Amino acid sequence: MSRYFTDEHEWVDVEGDTATVGITDYAQEQLGDIVFVETPEVGASLEQGDDAAVVESVKAASDVYAAVSGEVVEVNEALEEEPALVNSSAEEDGWFFRVTLSDKSELDDLMDEKAYKAFVDQL
Amino acid sequence: MSDDKTETLKKLPLDSWHRSLGARMVPFAGYEMPVQYEGVMAEHLWTRENAGLFDVSHMGQVQLMGEGVAEALEAIVPGNISALGAGKIRYTLLLAQDGGILDDLMVTNTGRNLYLVVNGATKHDDIAYFKAQLPDHVTLDHMEDQALLALQGPKAGEALAKLEIGPMQPDWPVPTDLYFMEAGPFMWGDIPLGISRSGYTGEDGFEISVPAEHAEKLAAALCALDEVKPIGLGARDSLRLEAGLPLYGHDMDADILPVEANLNFALSKARREQGNFGGADRVLAQYPNKAGKKRVGLFVNGRQPIREGAVVVDTDGNSIGAVTSGGFSPTLQKPIAMAYVPMALSDTGTEIIVEQRGKPIACTVADMPFVPHNYHRKPKL
Repeated sequence: MSRYFTDEHEWVDVEGDTATVGITDYAQEQLGDIVFVETPEVGASLEQGDDAAVVESVKAASDVYAAVSGEVVEVNEALEEEPALVNSSAEEDGWFFRVTLSDKSELDDLMDEKAYKAFVDQL
Repeated sequence: MSDDKTETLKKLPLDSWHRSLGARMVPFAGYEMPVQYEGVMAEHLWTRENAGLFDVSHMGQVQLMGEGVAEALEAIVPGNISALGAGKIRYTLLLAQDGGILDDLMVTNTGRNLYLVVNGATKHDDIAYFKAQLPDHVTLDHMEDQALLALQGPKAGEALAKLEIGPMQPDWPVPTDLYFMEAGPFMWGDIPLGISRSGYTGEDGFEISVPAEHAEKLAAALCALDEVKPIGLGARDSLRLEAGLPLYGHDMDADILPVEANLNFALSKARREQGNFGGADRVLAQYPNKAGKKRVGLFVNGRQPIREGAVVVDTDGNSIGAVTSGGFSPTLQKPIAMAYVPMALSDTGTEIIVEQRGKPIACTVADMPFVPHNYHRKPKL
């Protein structure tokens, strides 16, 4: 399994043709206490860069963009009951949705962990 | 809210102190201000259970002086200022000539003059308006060398008592002798403080005007107490929303009249009868319930918060109102909001639909405050 990152602070785990997407620990830290996550519909077709989800903190709503194109095959239903999972486990249990990748070449534009860390350090 | 991006942001007197405590600073009302320290949720709940210290030095502190100053101010605000006793505070509204709300403000009769606290984002416009509207013999002092701290929460009195703040004269009261909406001058060692028992969180608490050069010493002394933590703007906003208190620039502005804003209590009986204040004809034509729309509270059915800018719609999807403040209530653990709705839909329990990002969300008109006020009121005789 390989993990990729976007400059919008999403992470993407790729296993075969399936990608799992969430927001990074840095992003959850910036957003603060998360009280609601609006995930995409299963079956929705996402283009890279589309609005895919909305994360609501106590104070504000933030868009989450589709890091990769593909069809949504699963969403994290645990977030419905426990949105704070994004705060406590952003890069594992707090994942948002899974897609079947429609264009694997998009991954070439994303960062690896080392590059993302360097990106965050200069923010 | 003012456009913060185009102007140079000013620093609060406590700027470096906030940063040393790990505050995240954001632009607000022309200043870099602390939005949070450890997190909005924790800070909010701390304030509801203990005491939180807010730096509200961005707000405008103004003194009006001169003969007949109360009557002169009454020409532009609907509050009964001439009947305000020494040491008493009144919430009132700065009204334009057409009755639109230019700002909301606290007016204190200090016994010698009037002391006003106005919103940070509007203070320069307010001062220009005062100067244009008040007679020449009324002088105005913008107290820019004073910082303003708000200590809010059920343990605020207990905490403040530990600082051993004394009366200005031996037989005068100490701060904890004050009741809600009372104020006085005090001494902390050789530092003069103006303290009022007021705030904007719904809790018991105090606002403390302190010379800016001594603000850090006072803030540090308060935050050294077990009861007190520094609290950011984020929690200030969620606290005032739970308390059902409108925020200028969001829940009211120059296009809104006082009755629409559900601020009838700010239109005192004597002043309604006299009718000689800014926009009185237009304002009183709506009194007490003849406005077409009204500010109400909303409970959201479900867990998704609705935010300022979401639209109230009728069953055909037409826009009939707007959400002006909205967020997640840390105390109630569910989303709450304020909105303008047509008068016919303003009764508690009415079901309405709010559209946000194209999605309809069911809401119910709710009584405000959402969380009961906890003011230290003077017992009724």
